[in-house]
Amino acid sequence: MSANMRMTKNPIPEQDPQVRAHNFKEVALGYTAEMAIDEAKRCMGCAKKPCVSGCPVNVRIPEFVALVAEGKFAEAAAIVKSTNNLPAICGRVCPQESQCESKCVRGIKGEPVGIGRLERFVADYVMAHPEEENKPEILPKNGKKVAVVGSGPAGLTCAGDLAKLGYDVTVFEALHAPGGVLIYGIPEFRLPKDLVRAEIATVEALGVKIIPDMVIGKCVTVDELFEEEGFDAVFVGSGAGLPNFQGIPGENLLGVYSANEFLTRTNLMKAYDFPNHDTPIKVGKVACIVGGGNVAMDAARCAKRLGAEEVYIVYRRSEKELPARAEEVHHAKEEGIIFRLLTNPTQIMGDENGVVKSMEVIQMELGEPDASGRRRPVPKEGSEYVIDCDTVVIAIGNSPNPLIRSTTPGLESNKKGCLVVDEETGKTTREGVYAGGDAVTGAATVILAMGAGKKAAASIHEYLQNK
Amino acid sequence: MFPIVTKKQLNPTITYMEILAPAVARKAMPGQFIMLRINEDGERIPLTIAGYDREKGTVTIIFQKVGYTTYTLDTLNEGDALLDFVGPLGCASEFEQYVGKHVCVVGGGLGVAIAYPQAKALHELGAKVDFIVGFKNKDLIILEDEFKNACENLFVLTDDGSNGNKGFVTVALEEQLKKVDDYEAVIAIGPLMMMKAVCDMTRPKGIKTIVSMNSLMVDGTGMCGCCRVQVGGETKFACVDGPDFDGHQVDFDLAMRRGRMYIAEEKESMKKHECRMGGAK
Repeated sequence: MSANMRMTKNPIPEQDPQVRAHNFKEVALGYTAEMAIDEAKRCMGCAKKPCVSGCPVNVRIPEFVALVAEGKFAEAAAIVKSTNNLPAICGRVCPQESQCESKCVRGIKGEPVGIGRLERFVADYVMAHPEEENKPEILPKNGKKVAVVGSGPAGLTCAGDLAKLGYDVTVFEALHAPGGVLIYGIPEFRLPKDLVRAEIATVEALGVKIIPDMVIGKCVTVDELFEEEGFDAVFVGSGAGLPNFQGIPGENLLGVYSANEFLTRTNLMKAYDFPNHDTPIKVGKVACIVGGGNVAMDAARCAKRLGAEEVYIVYRRSEKELPARAEEVHHAKEEGIIFRLLTNPTQIMGDENGVVKSMEVIQMELGEPDASGRRRPVPKEGSEYVIDCDTVVIAIGNSPNPLIRSTTPGLESNKKGCLVVDEETGKTTREGVYAGGDAVTGAATVILAMGAGKKAAASIHEYLQNK
Repeated sequence: MFPIVTKKQLNPTITYMEILAPAVARKAMPGQFIMLRINEDGERIPLTIAGYDREKGTVTIIFQKVGYTTYTLDTLNEGDALLDFVGPLGCASEFEQYVGKHVCVVGGGLGVAIAYPQAKALHELGAKVDFIVGFKNKDLIILEDEFKNACENLFVLTDDGSNGNKGFVTVALEEQLKKVDDYEAVIAIGPLMMMKAVCDMTRPKGIKTIVSMNSLMVDGTGMCGCCRVQVGGETKFACVDGPDFDGHQVDFDLAMRRGRMYIAEEKESMKKHECRMGGAK
């Protein structure tokens, strides 16, 4: 194979920013077969495979990319799926620039290989050509039962891996639809829900049962899963569902949303299609989103699509520290989102009816590095000013929901409410209970949650084999 | 799917339904609530658990037709089923401390149906229960026999006096507060305005008053914060920290404003309902 030595990635076709800022259809349209083959040929096939070490689920990257270069798309997909149960999702939402692609040799001079775009391409390809797909091997049932709490990326990964090993796996979901943050949080235009459902169906096809409307810790406790329901092990992947607020005056005014509420109304409940769907949302003309992560970008871009004329991202550090994926920031800017960086809210003001009318912010400057290693933002005295707005969305992070830890004796958590686990195995302080994803780390990424789900599945397998 | 096994019209606006939901019935306690969704396009709404039968596996909900979803719910009949029915959610009411004590339960509007399981639970525990309920007129009075069996003294009032006992529930409460000096607690359930009025009456006397906050909710599991209420200056989530709170600490004015957040959208939804029902109100 002759390597393609072009320095830049094949760009991915996208909806025009002016058009897409007013619809909820997917922004990135995906590679054609020709583009994918051309991009795959940029891979040098390094013997040391540095990219694989950058992937939390160790996708066999050079192997699948080589098959793409040969036009063997279904075979490439099978290689990806051997370690990753949700490739169409990962190809769209992973922060590749800080993972696999950050280790790519081609990135030293020029742009790395577009690994994420290729992963997406092969996953979409087999979804469109199911007859070509090589079905994964499932070991015979071993008679052991595992309960998985939460059907987000951690839970689905853990469930899929255990089902392939022959376990009888049941996933319990608190909401009415499975997928966790993939369904309620990440918007349609970034991760189409039909695709999420299709990818979840591939996990179900491995034999995994998913039970919605079941709040573990309320309807059934973890103890009861063992004692009454006969499960041999439990994996807790219940996510970070508890929204944080800033604690500034005015946060309970009408028009102030947590990002969770704003995104759940919009995505899970499809408020963008009100009144055809029954759940409403109000945005008004100007929306301020507080925070700089992927969730903040999602909320900002939803607000624009819901009809806001001006949308601000208000973030207390500088552009360099924005935790969002580079591509999300780029897309948000293209869509006209206004960035007020080094800026922090001090209070939200309301009118006589208690409805948001403006937000006071203060300018910040970066001081000495803090515990996270990032330079600590410090307020510039006297630099306050007011942004008139109708909606404020607080997107400064989430903490784990206390429902499970408060109803499971012996399950320890740290002072942030995150479950305490052994990092290598996902083992909690309760025998037979494993955990991973945001319930352990606090709000992080889809792929880190999947990595944790995968590790826990391997540990549960080891535990139950020896039991 | 969660089948409707019994439906009764308690009065023209209030409907009683028993839903087959064994997992919910198994754990349900007074004070808790469920979230339901009728169909694929439907919103998730919270309703207080009005009763449960652990053997039959049923949970009772009693609701008033106030908006699009409750009107639509009322069009369903025995044999139909709800798409989603999740619970029990929220904290159960804490009643053990009232064993052998004198308490007053006040229910107004739809709140009477929700106050009933509370009165019943307290009565069965061995508290001495005075139960004050209010309706607009005598034709709207519901569950009177059940109420009688759930308390020591029942006071039924009507706004127009058509049952011979005129006044709001606060009128009866005021009289009771004059006569009775050993109330350990007052439990008030109903419209925010009523709960606020009750709290204003009990505050000067220092009688502990528990209210049940019926905030707007989306998920009902602590995830979104739509239901936030201010209690003693702190923000709480009604869905996981409540729904019961110390009424003397609750910011009712804020709660009333937040409850009206989507009034305009609710009207728009109701138009849709009226179209489907062929213009019928």
